[in-house]
Amino acid sequence: MSAETIEGQAVEEQSGSLWSGGKSPFKSSYGKLMMWYFLLSDAFTFAGFLIAYGTLRFSNVTWPVPDFVFSSFPFLEGTHYPLLFVSLMTFILLASSFTMIRAVQEGKEENKSGVVKWMIATIIGGAMFLGCQAWEWTTLIATEHMTVHTNPFGTHVESGVYLDDAHGHAYEAGAERESFEAGETYLIHKSHGEWINRRFEYTSGPAIGEVGQQSFGPKAFGALFFFITGFHGFHVLSGVIFLIIIAVNVASGLYVERRNGYEMVEKIGLYWHFVDLVWVFVFLVFYLL
Amino acid sequence: MSAHTYEESKTIARKTIIILGIVTIVEVLIALVGKGYMISGFVPYEWEIGSFPIGLAVMYIAMIALSLYKAILVIFEFMHMKYEVKSLVRSVLLPTTLLIWAIIAFFMEGNYWLNSREYIEQKNMEQVESDMQPIGEKVELESVEDAGH
Repeated sequence: MSAETIEGQAVEEQSGSLWSGGKSPFKSSYGKLMMWYFLLSDAFTFAGFLIAYGTLRFSNVTWPVPDFVFSSFPFLEGTHYPLLFVSLMTFILLASSFTMIRAVQEGKEENKSGVVKWMIATIIGGAMFLGCQAWEWTTLIATEHMTVHTNPFGTHVESGVYLDDAHGHAYEAGAERESFEAGETYLIHKSHGEWINRRFEYTSGPAIGEVGQQSFGPKAFGALFFFITGFHGFHVLSGVIFLIIIAVNVASGLYVERRNGYEMVEKIGLYWHFVDLVWVFVFLVFYLL
Repeated sequence: MSAHTYEESKTIARKTIIILGIVTIVEVLIALVGKGYMISGFVPYEWEIGSFPIGLAVMYIAMIALSLYKAILVIFEFMHMKYEVKSLVRSVLLPTTLLIWAIIAFFMEGNYWLNSREYIEQKNMEQVESDMQPIGEKVELESVEDAGH
């Protein structure tokens, strides 16, 4: 156990035991340093996921446009609010990062009630984020029928006019037909267990005048989305669980006698900020780009 | 260890979270305005110089740069990396920097896959005229002997 967080003098006192070599490497305690290296290894895992995502995305001709895919909002069905909900999720996570740093600061002051207060706020933030993600997943799975191996979000490569209406029936003669442009993403609807692949006629490109049909989007999209956001969500979930355990320990006074400025809170704080950090990149590659 | 007093570090935390929030709003605005959701008729996403998508490139670079800025703020202010000794900073951030390169390198690799796939498809479409006998058809003995002389 280290006391470097209080004063350099405390380090001197314990120098015999620090890492058994008399000196703590990098002037850091064992727990904090190992948390840093754990986070580094975790960064490698996430980077592996992001490499898979980037490679597959760039090797596909089309990719679902995120501001079409992620445009639903709770209680406002049938409307499009591109990126609004995920921005809200981002702000929740950022806010919980702020409450976490406040908890760490109160810990340095050895202010027990302050630590508990701000940790509870952080736990609420984490739980809210998880709730949002649960809703997002539910919409994608139950309403939009995306699975790990089926991606109903296709993208048009050329412009054209639909021959079928949204229910999959051919337009009546004289009816106004919906048109689309190249690069627009569509969602193939499912009705009574049947996919409705609407037919359309190309109005540009080499196949002009020919009839085409909505096809499924790149298969990897669903798997990548569920695995990467799921892995991140799992980190948030474990973070919330550890936050609860440590908050209970703080409240019970366990860390008071350690007199190391609530180092345990600092360590879970590092983890929590890392989860926020990963979200910065998940948000960038999945929702913004 | 942080050299700041309690009050100072409180101010820093508040300032950092406000910057992070503003940067996030700016990122979302770049994505939405760039794709023409906010101002009708103003779609930088489609701007091109020659065939180079300049609008898209600027948007992507801006959003990636802002995200990296957010990451640096979180690591150095929230995770207190600023106040650790230099060697610890290096041992953690050096591998991370190389990782970022790995991600960018694989973006290019993906692009190469796309190009080679197009190339292969194009090659498959080509009609090849060949003098060779189709495999499995009977070859007359005489012609074989002729070829031998």
